[in-house]
Amino acid sequence: MTRVVMLNDNSEAFTKKVNEMTNDMITLCEQCGICSTSCPVAEDMDIPPSEIMRLVQLGDEYVLETKAIWVCASCYTCTVRCPRGVDLSKVTEALRQINLRTNVNYLDIDNLDSEEVEELPAIALVSAMRKYTG
Amino acid sequence: MMKKFPYYPGCTLKQYPKKFGIPSEESARALGLEMVEIPRWNCCGAVASLTADDMMHQVAPIRNLIRVQEMNDEGLVDNEYRLVVFCSMCFNTLKRANMMVKENEAALNTINEFMDREQDYKANVEVVHFLEILRDMGFYRLEDMIKKPLKGLKIAPYYGCNLLRPKEVGIDNPEAPTIMENFVEALGAEVIDNPLKSLCCGSYHTVGGHKDIVAERTYAIVNAARKAGADMMITACPLCAFNLDDRQALTKELHPEFQHMPVLYFTQILAFALGLEDKAGLEENYVDARPILREKGLMD
Repeated sequence: MTRVVMLNDNSEAFTKKVNEMTNDMITLCEQCGICSTSCPVAEDMDIPPSEIMRLVQLGDEYVLETKAIWVCASCYTCTVRCPRGVDLSKVTEALRQINLRTNVNYLDIDNLDSEEVEELPAIALVSAMRKYTG
Repeated sequence: MMKKFPYYPGCTLKQYPKKFGIPSEESARALGLEMVEIPRWNCCGAVASLTADDMMHQVAPIRNLIRVQEMNDEGLVDNEYRLVVFCSMCFNTLKRANMMVKENEAALNTINEFMDREQDYKANVEVVHFLEILRDMGFYRLEDMIKKPLKGLKIAPYYGCNLLRPKEVGIDNPEAPTIMENFVEALGAEVIDNPLKSLCCGSYHTVGGHKDIVAERTYAIVNAARKAGADMMITACPLCAFNLDDRQALTKELHPEFQHMPVLYFTQILAFALGLEDKAGLEENYVDARPILREKGLMD
């Protein structure tokens, strides 16, 4: 699906903010796409990792609404393969954090099935809470 | 004479001691390595905090490293600043926080000032995974201490993410690791190379609405091990262990033709090979490994 990138007065500030949160990862990316070909969960994403990078570079805040930023589980496969040294997992983390800091959680803890929670190891719950809730 | 190490168990080794904690601690003991648990340790946070402006989530891992300093001050260990971790996720989180404060003096000062009731962290601890201790000891020496060589057993190591990546944190080459292969060889088993040995299992997506991500990854990873000829898989990450073992139930629901495969924690098979069969927790796994061990004539 073609999507028109809409830039506005906040675009530059948005790019700058993500760049700061990620220790200057954003402008390094040259859009080679190796992250998208390496990502083990790309098929579960609505946009591929390289497009996440491009939208942030352009300052399109639509990226904050994508499923892709939540599907990334910080496996660092793209990180070890990026020829420019971009740690893309820092970028998806920053985008999740921007959402979570508005006090909106991605995971609704109250509606988790209690029997299911009983079966889950603490390590799964702690890591999910850390990534999905603010 | 036992060599004493400061030891960080983390939640899973304590929550499921029979499957994780006891095999790990007892295997180490059998090798002359005493794991001295950090007094008053706290949760590391399970996942590394990745944004530059988030110091709060670095506090928990660093507090554990301060405890290692205290253990040395109090003589619980003798000038030993290597902190041994078995859980890959704890290892990655603790090591990454440690690297961050070693590289960023301002961040270290901020965290030290925040924890004003603790002694300052002097950035002198080294976070190591137990597999690194075994490698540094020499796998040939481990081989000499094996009581029950796993002759004829075909084991596919599974690394997952946190042992290998990012490369500054990983314990081996992130694209072509060999440390677990060497470990399996030392146990006397046959190494099976799984091409998906470092593919992410889906991690914490096992909680909530995206469990199918994990079940599909498990399907791919276990099938790849089977196709390569493996009898079982081993992993060093407790969350991978849950996803690849317990989540096989969901995988089977989604793919009825799926065949189960045992997935053991690496210290379970280590304890077994060290002759500590009653400490290996083999009755704890979702997919039982005992039938294949019996089939290979390795247990009664």
